[in-house]
Amino acid sequence: MPKASKVVETATRLTVRKTYKLYIGGKFPRSESGRTFVADGDNVALASRKDARDAVLAARAAQPKWAGATAYNRGQVLYRIAEMLEARRAEFTALGVPADEVDAAIDRWVWYAGWSDKIAQVAGGANPVAGPFFNISAPEPTGVVAVIAPASLLGLVSVIAPAIVTGNTTVLLAAGPQVAITLAEVLATSDVPGGVVNLLTGRYAETAPWLASHDDVNALDLTGVDHPDLAAELERAAAGTLKRVLRPRAATDFTADPGLRPMTALLETKTVWHPKGY
Amino acid sequence: MFEYAPAPESRSVVEIASSYGLFIDGSFDGGKDGNVFKTVNPATEEVLAEVTSAGSEDVDRAVAAARRAFGPWSALPGGERAKYLFRIARIIQERSRELAVLESLDNGKPIKESRDVDLPLVAAHFFYYAGWADKLAYAGFGPDPQPLGVAAQVIPWNFPLLMLAWKVAPALATGNTVVLKPAETTPLSALFFADVCRQAELPAGVVNIVTGAGDTGAYLVAHPDVDKVAFTGSTEVGRAIARTVSGTGKRLTLELGGKAANIVFDDAPIDQAVEGIVNGIFFNQGHVCCAGSRLLVQESIADELLASLKRRMATLRVGDPLDKNTDIGAINSAAQLARIKELSEIGSEEGAERWSPECSLPDRGFWFAPTIFTGVTQAHRIAREEIFGPVLSVLTFRTPDEAVAKANNTPYGLSAGIWTEKGSRILAVADQLRAGVVWANTFNKFDPASPFGGYKESGYGREGGRHGLEAYLA
Repeated sequence: MPKASKVVETATRLTVRKTYKLYIGGKFPRSESGRTFVADGDNVALASRKDARDAVLAARAAQPKWAGATAYNRGQVLYRIAEMLEARRAEFTALGVPADEVDAAIDRWVWYAGWSDKIAQVAGGANPVAGPFFNISAPEPTGVVAVIAPASLLGLVSVIAPAIVTGNTTVLLAAGPQVAITLAEVLATSDVPGGVVNLLTGRYAETAPWLASHDDVNALDLTGVDHPDLAAELERAAAGTLKRVLRPRAATDFTADPGLRPMTALLETKTVWHPKGY
Repeated sequence: MFEYAPAPESRSVVEIASSYGLFIDGSFDGGKDGNVFKTVNPATEEVLAEVTSAGSEDVDRAVAAARRAFGPWSALPGGERAKYLFRIARIIQERSRELAVLESLDNGKPIKESRDVDLPLVAAHFFYYAGWADKLAYAGFGPDPQPLGVAAQVIPWNFPLLMLAWKVAPALATGNTVVLKPAETTPLSALFFADVCRQAELPAGVVNIVTGAGDTGAYLVAHPDVDKVAFTGSTEVGRAIARTVSGTGKRLTLELGGKAANIVFDDAPIDQAVEGIVNGIFFNQGHVCCAGSRLLVQESIADELLASLKRRMATLRVGDPLDKNTDIGAINSAAQLARIKELSEIGSEEGAERWSPECSLPDRGFWFAPTIFTGVTQAHRIAREEIFGPVLSVLTFRTPDEAVAKANNTPYGLSAGIWTEKGSRILAVADQLRAGVVWANTFNKFDPASPFGGYKESGYGREGGRHGLEAYLA
């Protein structure tokens, strides 16, 4: 989408341009490769295979603590993201994101924030087994989720929120780098622990196969892949480690009610049995 | 110690034909290319029957039959589909003695287990999913969930009829039609099930059974007119299937291998724990993907527990599967016996200490004495690889954190066990274990209402319970 003019023509001063970097482990490093590419007039970091590996390490390190946080706490953090996004809406409109899409993205954070302490009751519960046993199933995060993300702000929020609300951590490959990194700045100032969301900008075809085959990535969300050959290649790569794969849905309408599937596809079900008796 | 008198179940309750065809579109017929294979009784090596090996043309016919049947079957009101499933459940109950004997003959498992575990669970699965057929709108997958179409189902030899029930019951309840391939060493109870379908007057083509080996299964899961693939078996084959299915849009669920940790803390009731350990690894000759094959014992009670375990193992009766007193039957095939022997040899070579109770094994058939390895470390192959036999690796730990770390140190994540009298410890440890089923102070319990399935390389999706419906609904 076309950016609104960022350079305000005045006689006295030139605008200070933003350098768009990666977002890994709560920090904003340049690509270790030193490479950049030009997107919509800005030089943005071109992530390498090593950057992807670093991001997976950061996501793995953050995962136990994030999953171990109370659902109430995770909900609060997601709501805080909505607050910060609301406060920074002008930055997104300046990047050309329509105002109603910013609204929808804010509202989506609020919607998912409320799911943190409800999904376990909706997707789990007591099982009436035929015997003297306490038997209960509860959803648990899959772990580290690699996401090949769509470009739009609402699309990004629609893949990040369902992954992290349940305790997964994520590594995203983002198209639309300026919007993605600006969203990362929102996350970085929203009490989201470093490493929970990691954002790489670059070429899907170059970095995505490494994430798909990475031994320490537990699930792969292909929502942002619009080329069927690349999707098939990534699915094949994911088969080696038996990753959970969320396939791209044809022409996803991000404004529609997402339902439970974006969350449940990234959850495992754990069932615990214990005898009952005196 | 007194001796038991032989107490054999009569095999005359079940008739086995000398040869079987394929069950396609409601009737049995021979394969197009005329290839057959033999299925043997692993306890005696006696040939039980000749079975048709389905070729590509046969699989095409079966998929086509399932496709034709899909329209009318899925259009049937849920309540009517339910009635067919209830009928099947009832017929299985009525014929359970025949089926139990047949299962023990073809698989080698003790009649005590086929009669008291497999068959009751098989009937229960059909009853459970029958009840879902007219309630799918309330299952939590949206107001109008739809069936996927034709399901290709490939099942293993360790629980031939139970795995069939786990796959067929939810598929039919949700309005899908199926082509099922049983394992080549245990096809007989699936073929018997075809007769149950006929007896229930299930419409032709809704269930199709194609027998054969890996090639038949590979062709079936790759078939372009299949909408859903469900597989239970080894992680290696599961990986290959995941590759085959990638990019096709077919839905896939996998129930793969495991290397479950059975964790015994120092405050566990020793006698109960020993029973649980024995049940965990020697049930069904250890041919169980969720078997408790890695025993983690807290160091302070290791000697006491092992002495007790060895005492208990000495009372296990290995032999004739049809004898009602038999605890451990035959290993399912020569190939599986060879794998168990190979990995056990490796265990000894790598320095673990091997022990089996005194027991005489029959001269013919495939047999392996219950075995434990002590002094096992996490690097040993017997602690890492699935042996799929009556072989237990014993490791020790000192702290709960160490127990959790060792338990999770595996690419698998199907099941785990916890033995302790302390409730808070059960809950804390269960929370940290990366496994789909956690048994606390019990082991190897199954129920149609309870979801079953793994984390990590133990596969994806769940079978059983409300969760089991998801695999068959769009």
